[in-house]
Amino acid sequence: MSALVEIRSLSKHYRRGSEIIPVLTAIDLVIEEGDFLALMGPSGSGKSTLLNLIAGLDRPDGGTLLVAGLDISTLSENELAAWRAANVGFVFQFYNLIPVLTAFENVELPLLLTHLDRKARREHVELTLDLVGLSERSRHYPGQLSGGQQQRVAIARALVTDPTLIVADEPTGDLDRVTAGEILDLMQQLNSELGKTIIMVTHDQRAAERAHHIRHLDKGVLDGG
Amino acid sequence: MAFFLRLILRNLMRQRLRNGLTSLGVVVAIVAFGLLRTLVDAWYAGVEGTAPNRLITRNAVSLMFALPIHYGARIRQIDGVRVVSHITWFGGIYQDPKNFFPQFAIEPASYLALYREYLVSEQERAAFLRDRKGALAGRKLVERYGWKIGDTIPLEGTIYPGTWTFVLRGVYRGADAKTDETQFFFHWEYLNETLKRWRSARAEHVGAFVVGIDPPERAAEISAAIDDGFRNSRAETLTETEKAFQLGFVFMTEAIVAVIEIVSGVIIVIVLAVLANTMAMSVRERKREYATLKALGFGTWHLGGLIVGEALLISAIGGALGIALTFPIAAEFAVRLSNWFPIFRVSESTVVLAAGASLLVGILAAAFPVWQVWRTSVTDGLSSLG
Repeated sequence: MSALVEIRSLSKHYRRGSEIIPVLTAIDLVIEEGDFLALMGPSGSGKSTLLNLIAGLDRPDGGTLLVAGLDISTLSENELAAWRAANVGFVFQFYNLIPVLTAFENVELPLLLTHLDRKARREHVELTLDLVGLSERSRHYPGQLSGGQQQRVAIARALVTDPTLIVADEPTGDLDRVTAGEILDLMQQLNSELGKTIIMVTHDQRAAERAHHIRHLDKGVLDGG
Repeated sequence: MAFFLRLILRNLMRQRLRNGLTSLGVVVAIVAFGLLRTLVDAWYAGVEGTAPNRLITRNAVSLMFALPIHYGARIRQIDGVRVVSHITWFGGIYQDPKNFFPQFAIEPASYLALYREYLVSEQERAAFLRDRKGALAGRKLVERYGWKIGDTIPLEGTIYPGTWTFVLRGVYRGADAKTDETQFFFHWEYLNETLKRWRSARAEHVGAFVVGIDPPERAAEISAAIDDGFRNSRAETLTETEKAFQLGFVFMTEAIVAVIEIVSGVIIVIVLAVLANTMAMSVRERKREYATLKALGFGTWHLGGLIVGEALLISAIGGALGIALTFPIAAEFAVRLSNWFPIFRVSESTVVLAAGASLLVGILAAAFPVWQVWRTSVTDGLSSLG
């Protein structure tokens, strides 16, 4: 397997007035293609910040960050947005579905940024909803779905463009244990059957144990691995 | 595109009451804007109805002072003058001082030759010219008081005391919407002969001369020639184009017109603030949704399009309803204000301005919320409360 994500001496800080608050310090991390990595750590340890940097939602202050050989920190905002649309699927703790769009339309959203026509989009969405077991709920609005079903829609949305990388920030954080187990089953399935590289931030040890590797962050420093 | 339109429509329906009330605000603002613009147009209606080939010669001191009738013969001698007529303000009261309408003593044949926009049948025209006590009234005026041909119309003179009775011999229609159809004309001869019997010093005088010229391009030269002819006389003249003459009346009330125009602008600014507030609230509530869309790869143009589209839809719905409502309301105003504004009609330019204003409001109201979305980072947006 080749390295999908290569991080060297990565640092990130925030400013509060004249004070500089380090969030990530000298992070070195390599994530192989097809890997399933769990990032753990206490609140404020910097795990979500690291995830955001890898996903191209934020920019590092130092070091290098290569994804599939591309230094994404050199991309402009528009280039970065296009890169995210093509390469990254997002799964959020609170699903972040658009409430006025049906499950079908929510999954269709990322495809609007592709050149696919309406028919091709419909086929992609139907296939993906079928994959997450929600074909019967495609016309339902998020408010008409359970938390687990909403997260499945969110996973379908992350998957529909066939991205290289899926980033999940506390994907089971808002779900009961049984539903969380089902979501983790699904993510494992995406990793093992579709070969998706998944980086998951979680507080839950049981969830983390589903991953191939677990890395811990504490006060912005990554463990030895 | 269809997807985004659907999303805009559904976003619009999320806060029905708020957006509905905002749209209602736009309706009220556009109606008010339309009516105020129509009021300004009504103020200038006299100017709109002027012709470039007509000059007005009046006493240089003031319109309050008359000119001797014999000036007409001398004006007629000037090169470029085609027709000379005259007009005298009568200022009578019909039954009640509230029943105001303009009344003029004229020299009928030459006046009607100059004002071809007053359309009157040959039969009625001949009857009017024949009868020294005959009168010609505009269609709207006749409708207002229910007059019929042959009716005797008494006017109580204010400038020329006494009760003056006229027989309605003709009704004129305007050639177009700009023509005032609320005027009342009668023979100057009737007025003059009565004044002569009273041995009044006002006999053999007219309020102003109306001078038909050809070609209109020589207006300045002919005006100067007329005024030069009466320089150092007992009643010096001031000649100007009919348009300049009418504008003189408008300029007397220029401050009022300016205030009306400012108020119409302020109304638009107020509704802009209301819509901007509505959009800012909606965008604040959807901060996380916009951040999610950004994370998925949608750019500021996409999000800006959604916000501008929603604001435009609110303002366009309000604007369209407002414009549609302006017409019947203006028609009602036209009836009620006909004593003061004979032409109170929503013009095409007012419709275009109102439509433009509502669309501009939509775009400008979205500017601040779009900027808010643009400057908010994805991570900040995602961490906000939805």
